[in-house]
Amino acid sequence: MWRYAVRRVLQMVPVLLGTTLFIYVLVFALPGDPIRALAGEKPLPDSVYQALRDHYHLDDPLLVQYGRYVFGVLFRGDFGETFNGQSVGQLIADSWTVTAQLAATAWLFELVVGMSLGVWAGLSAARRGGRGGGTRRGGFADAAVLGGTTVAIAIPSFVLAYSAQLVFGLKLGWFPTAGTDAGWPMSYLLPGMVVAAAELGYVARLTRTSLVENMRADYVRTAVSKGLPRHRVVVRHTLRNSLIPVVTYLGTQIGYFMAGSIIVEGIFNLPGIGHEIWLALQIKEGPTIVGIVTFLVLVYLFANLVVDLLYGVLDPRIRYD
Amino acid sequence: MTETPAIRRERDEPSAAVPAAATAVAGGELGGGAAASLWRDAWGDLWRRPIFWLAMAIMLVMSLMAAFPGLFTSREANDRCDVQFAKRPPASWNPFSGADHPFGTDVHGCDYWAQVVHGTRAPIVIGFAVTALSLLIAVTLGSLSGHYGGWLDALISRITDVFFGLPLLLGALVVLTAFPAHGIGAVVLALGLFWWTSMTRLMRGQVIAVRDADYVQAARMLGAGDVRIMVRHILPNAIAPVFVFATLNVGVVIGSESTLDFLGVGLQYPSVSWGLQLREAQNIFVDYPYLLAYPAIFLTATVLSFLLLGDAVRDALDPRLR
Repeated sequence: MWRYAVRRVLQMVPVLLGTTLFIYVLVFALPGDPIRALAGEKPLPDSVYQALRDHYHLDDPLLVQYGRYVFGVLFRGDFGETFNGQSVGQLIADSWTVTAQLAATAWLFELVVGMSLGVWAGLSAARRGGRGGGTRRGGFADAAVLGGTTVAIAIPSFVLAYSAQLVFGLKLGWFPTAGTDAGWPMSYLLPGMVVAAAELGYVARLTRTSLVENMRADYVRTAVSKGLPRHRVVVRHTLRNSLIPVVTYLGTQIGYFMAGSIIVEGIFNLPGIGHEIWLALQIKEGPTIVGIVTFLVLVYLFANLVVDLLYGVLDPRIRYD
Repeated sequence: MTETPAIRRERDEPSAAVPAAATAVAGGELGGGAAASLWRDAWGDLWRRPIFWLAMAIMLVMSLMAAFPGLFTSREANDRCDVQFAKRPPASWNPFSGADHPFGTDVHGCDYWAQVVHGTRAPIVIGFAVTALSLLIAVTLGSLSGHYGGWLDALISRITDVFFGLPLLLGALVVLTAFPAHGIGAVVLALGLFWWTSMTRLMRGQVIAVRDADYVQAARMLGAGDVRIMVRHILPNAIAPVFVFATLNVGVVIGSESTLDFLGVGLQYPSVSWGLQLREAQNIFVDYPYLLAYPAIFLTATVLSFLLLGDAVRDALDPRLR
């Protein structure tokens, strides 16, 4: 397993280099002169202008700039600095807790609600599907869960965010409408639900399908025929085996949450990573954009690695070569 | 990824997964006979599902709106707008009540029904153009990668990994910020750049699955060249699942396009699209909820129709359900 982990980490290196180079080239191509934009209305004296360009190495060839950047990130943990002189690493450190809390809320929501809905639908389908022997749909619960979650996937997240803000924040006053003043969990419940809503359907479906398929497995038939009560068959035998793919799916979602937070953080005014990259894109602040994207890709790659390793821990039948 | 060896099925065997089933279908089109009945079975299953017809009906209406907006409204886009009449809510919540502006008027005083109808074309065109572009990239790269293997495969796979690591929306956002242009072409390129990765992996797996099949070896022994083998023998037997995947995910592209418009990096005024309408509504929707509701309903219905169609097709093609 350790050899497998090391090989995977080594495979991540070219991917990470390629991604950052790609973003770096794009950001380099951003139109406009950031130093002039920074100065605003008042023209800078030529000497100051040149000194600033030198400070940010803007006149070096692209590949030299990129090489210097990668070297800084890898060996000094230095993600560069923003045009205000703030360190990008510090910026990420300050804002990632907000995004992490948002992701954790959304993740918990998916875990609890998505899995419950899936189990409810799956048991309903399994009860009806017995005669056909298939995974054919059946039961009111099954239809309601599938229909409801499909609609939730189809609604764009920004429409959902505004509607939730209007109904639960403004009209009903159950949750704060914006900002992080109320702290965790209050401030994060509403945005967390919005982030989770789109993915809830996939978790519910995965749980449902997995459950229905396992209900027909030999070991479940054995458990039933030796006279175990139904709830024991479901909880001890079926559910435990059905949740393996769900847990691993939820693991890969962490990377998605970190990146998918741009819209929701903007609408709910949460000062997280998504909010910072959005602000940086507006003022074309290259170092911040590259730094945050690098960070997000790192999180994504590591989340996938952890999931792959976790798979082997949860299911002893899987072996790594 | 499915990398099971030789999937071509001569008989109508129950297969474990949809891709395999769809491959059998593609094979059947060449060989004829029993395998073709899988499509017929699937169709027999599909046409009895009300959900399938609902999805098809929504798609038909949206396609008509995109192609011939004149059938639904006598106005052009941004036509006969009068700021004096801006933000008039609809006289009645029933859009068929025969009132002058069934959806009210927008912030520029344009008839909102006409604007929403004209807003259909951009998302639909972009949705299908991005899908076609990605399909082209995926089929080309996936075929080369799967057929030749070796260093070419390694190179293409690593490039795919790079683009796969960037989420669609984040990647398109960065590209469009860097781009000076914001027309339909720019949005198609930006989304297409990040949309081909899953399809390429799928295509590669499919090609690997069929490249050693008997009929491919037979063709090679008869002296067929690489290009002929790839185009005439491997492609028809490998493309079906990729094509199904691409078609059923058009809704995802349409949703992403609207999000880019909403964020202000996609299409710009005077273009007309649902995303732009939602962007205009974002700061005033508390007082004028209908400005948010109507384009949102159209957008959601379109995305939903692709999701429902996807569900129905997957169920119909899955032999375990029979």
